[in-house]
Amino acid sequence: MRKFVFSLVLILLGGLAPLPGQTFEIEDHISVGPGNARQVLRVISNGDAVFFEPTIREFLADRPDVRVEYTVASSAELMTAMGDEGLEVDLAISSATDLQTKLVNDGYSLGYSSEITQRMPEWARWRNHLFAFTQEPAAIVLSRRALVGLPVPQSRQELIALMRDHPDRFEGKVGTYDLRTSGLGYLFATQDARTSETYWRLSEVMGSFGVRLYCCSSQMIDDVSSGDLTVAYNVLGSYARAKGNPKDVIVILPQDYTIIMLRTAFIPKTSKAPTLAGSFIDHLISRGWEAAPGAVSVAEENAWTQEAQALRRIRMGPGLLVYLDALKKAAFLKEWSSAVLQ
Amino acid sequence: MSHPILLRGSIQRRLIVQLLSGAALLAGLMFFVVQNYARDLAGQSQDEILAASVTAILDSASVRDGDLTVDIPYFSFSMLGNISEDRVFYAITRNGSFLTGYPDLPKPAAATSTGPRFRTATYDGESIRLVTATRRMSVGNQPDFIEVTVAQTRYGLRRQLAGISRTVAGFGLGFFALAAVFGIFAAQSAIQPLRQLAGSVSRRGLSDLRPVSAPVPAEMESLVGALNGFMSRLKTSLSRSEDLIAEAAHRVRTPLTTVRTQAEITLRRVDKPENRQAVREMIRAIDESSRAAGQLLDHAMVSFRSDHLETEEVELGRLTRDAVARLVPMADLRDIDMDLTIPEEALQVRGDPILMQSALLNLMDNAIKYSPPDSRVHVALRRVGTSAEVSVRDEGAGFPKADMGRLTRRFVRGGNTDTVVGSGLGLTIAHEVARAHGGQLFLTNHSEEGGACASLSFPLS
Repeated sequence: MRKFVFSLVLILLGGLAPLPGQTFEIEDHISVGPGNARQVLRVISNGDAVFFEPTIREFLADRPDVRVEYTVASSAELMTAMGDEGLEVDLAISSATDLQTKLVNDGYSLGYSSEITQRMPEWARWRNHLFAFTQEPAAIVLSRRALVGLPVPQSRQELIALMRDHPDRFEGKVGTYDLRTSGLGYLFATQDARTSETYWRLSEVMGSFGVRLYCCSSQMIDDVSSGDLTVAYNVLGSYARAKGNPKDVIVILPQDYTIIMLRTAFIPKTSKAPTLAGSFIDHLISRGWEAAPGAVSVAEENAWTQEAQALRRIRMGPGLLVYLDALKKAAFLKEWSSAVLQ
Repeated sequence: MSHPILLRGSIQRRLIVQLLSGAALLAGLMFFVVQNYARDLAGQSQDEILAASVTAILDSASVRDGDLTVDIPYFSFSMLGNISEDRVFYAITRNGSFLTGYPDLPKPAAATSTGPRFRTATYDGESIRLVTATRRMSVGNQPDFIEVTVAQTRYGLRRQLAGISRTVAGFGLGFFALAAVFGIFAAQSAIQPLRQLAGSVSRRGLSDLRPVSAPVPAEMESLVGALNGFMSRLKTSLSRSEDLIAEAAHRVRTPLTTVRTQAEITLRRVDKPENRQAVREMIRAIDESSRAAGQLLDHAMVSFRSDHLETEEVELGRLTRDAVARLVPMADLRDIDMDLTIPEEALQVRGDPILMQSALLNLMDNAIKYSPPDSRVHVALRRVGTSAEVSVRDEGAGFPKADMGRLTRRFVRGGNTDTVVGSGLGLTIAHEVARAHGGQLFLTNHSEEGGACASLSFPLS
């Protein structure tokens, strides 16, 4: 677990308290731009700071009087902070498309419209409140070393067969998200379950190999790279491509179906700089994302069609509220636990 | 003679205004009716999809392991996202106690029947539509009531309605424009027979008093009937007055001629100088009466014909020559020479030859009457610019200067004419004829040799 209570640390270091009065856990914080800037854009995001810093610097290139305070928190913490605590930030960015949708549905957002948002595809925006700027696939990440001499599975069925045929290589070396703590993991899992019964079979097989549960994609990738894991399931493909060394890891977009997550942004109602936040949204949308491998800009409608046949892009809308229902979530986690934690 | 016509309103304008206001009213009515209908329809389709969502959730409720579970199906909400981007809220209660969803959602409509209940309420500052249904389950022989409410904001509905309103407003405007074009066209074609009638009547010749024979619409029957009746009465009255003039001329002149003849015979028989003088006085009075009657009838004829002027091409040279020829015998009686100058070119004017001749005869008659014996009357025709002018000059005393302005009035005679028989109508007749033909009558006194000069001019055709 890589969670720290950063605010205290920052105060002790004499830094600026990024988000005064907060009680949620933050994971990281960076401040880009002059300390005495006239305008401050406060961003809360579940995206790693290292991925976003270049984007922020580009944004600030022609805005010398703006500073960006970029705070990283998990999607679940972000949900709590926005929903229950009424956190005052100017922009909320998250890969948990469902939680973002719920926040917008429940009225925590401001509408925004610009030439750029009007030009983007219909599926990439919802209610002119929520805007997707990258689409990132859920991938299977395999250790090249652990698979030596074995065929590389291209689908869930092949993975299940491979695990059953070679239990020695997978015992205790299977990883996936802990759905109880990871919002993104829960989103991928529910979309999986909605799409195919294969998911439950896979979960049972993973459970039978003593699956290890993670909070975040980065750590799964690290462990696959180091050989601690043979396979990690439902890893964020963009991170895997960016972090994993191709000599160590194989990133597979399953051929049976590939869930595509939309990383989205919205302007919270509490924003003090909605115009600046809107400009940042425009920047996120119009910026090409080639620099971040694995992430694909929403402008590229037909990304990955070479690699994966059945793309299932998560559709923003009220459907995403279903698995966030307390009863539904409890029932799903119960079923998942009984499958995985044997 | 055209009298000013008082105008009030216009049938065409009134028709257009009425048709346009009717069209505007209908277009507005259509707009509101269609908009209301669309609002009902759009509201109905939102209600239906919400009801379908509620039913889907209720259908997912089941008794499992002796307890009630509700497994909200994915499509129960995702289908709401298919029709609009509205916010979705829901609440599920079991036996009145809150199970899951949005606990502060407004209370649903009270149950009146078994079907879904609908309600519009405000939630989170927005107007929402709530649809609720209840289902009775049975858990271990205990009745269990599960109630599902699904609600949605109404942006999509409003946007849809705004779109429909725009479209319908466009239709309404188009409808109105079309109706306006038809209205203007209809008004014009309704007026058309009136215009045609007016045109055909005003194009008629002056004495054309035939009834209108062209077919007219039924609505104009009474107007055309009245017009025809009026024209036939006018025709009758005109021919009656023509008859009267002819009759009067005949009845007055003939007995006077008889009386004069008798008086001359009597004069020859009477010897006593005082008696002869009396008879001479009588003859003189008869002459005066006869002449006055002639001129009166002349004048009546001139007035009548001037009012109903019928023109033809008239060669003025011949007309003048004829007039002189008719008066030469009378001039000879008084030893007066008539002297005529006519140009070689033919001078054509448009006019009524009878009237023109009457005018010339009157002027020459005057000149002969007022000429001293053994003098000359000079008649000359010449072209003056675009007019032809006939001047008649005598060698008498001339017009009295004081009277020059009023001599053309009826029954006015010069102050120096006591010794001459006259009615005072001669110059009036000439003046009226000139005016009826767009010409003029000039009265001057010849400067060197004295004598009166009357010039009558007519525009050349």
